[in-house]
Amino acid sequence: MITFAFYLFAVLITGLFLVTVMSKNVLYAMTSLAAGMVLISGLFFILGADFLGVVQLIVYVGAVMAVYAFAMMFFDLSRDVKERHDNPWLIFLLGGGIALTLVVMFAAPIMGEAVHALYPPEEGATNPQAVGLVLFTKYLLPFEVASVMLLVAMIAGIILAGKKMEISLSAMDEDILPDTKENA
Amino acid sequence: MITLNHYLILSGLLFAIGLVGVVRRKNLLMLFFATEIMLNAANLAFAATSSYYHDLTGQMFAFFIIAVAASEVAVGLGLLILLYKKYGSINLDDFTIMKG
Repeated sequence: MITFAFYLFAVLITGLFLVTVMSKNVLYAMTSLAAGMVLISGLFFILGADFLGVVQLIVYVGAVMAVYAFAMMFFDLSRDVKERHDNPWLIFLLGGGIALTLVVMFAAPIMGEAVHALYPPEEGATNPQAVGLVLFTKYLLPFEVASVMLLVAMIAGIILAGKKMEISLSAMDEDILPDTKENA
Repeated sequence: MITLNHYLILSGLLFAIGLVGVVRRKNLLMLFFATEIMLNAANLAFAATSSYYHDLTGQMFAFFIIAVAASEVAVGLGLLILLYKKYGSINLDDFTIMKG
């Protein structure tokens, strides 16, 4: 049953992400990306990483995709994007080659059996409990640094996107909204 | 029986898809989508390794990757909006100012 679920999820994720990479329509790309992320959280649940799966659902599918959806409103993306490609096969060759090299580099320690378990899960603890035990003891400092980083990112987002927010970009070249032009 | 290698091969495949997207895309928003795919592939590899070696370190790193991805989206989209206000486009070909 788990084998069937893995292959089903693997095929669906690969197909959806291929749509994301190949599609000309931004809305299709974003929707298939969100669906692929939901299915990846399904793989996390199969792996027994329950808390990670829930975080993936909340943060990626809930927050990140919502931010992308809001950002889409700023850009004129209702029509298909036009992209110039000089040599499409070279791109596949380069992308695949670089990815293969990186994967071999990072998989080499696993092949050499040089990976040892440093923090095995506590006996009798559920996955969220075990994650909390490790996160708030061994990884407390990175956790705090990550929180500071998120604060910095929030301030940066507000400052960058909020500048001159009172000037409407979409109404700038049109005469439908004369009030905006006068105020600007 | 699904082994660790199955997950690592799937993760490598997804990473390759994301990297092809990064090389191929000229629209900056679509390029961001491709980076998200690469981050997700790394997360999947971390979670699979963590599960099969009975070690929680992989899941910890996956959490930090998710935090980094969230901040990357916030800052990146802010910069993207500034670029769009300046040039009126988010196509990479329109930002080519060096002629050679």
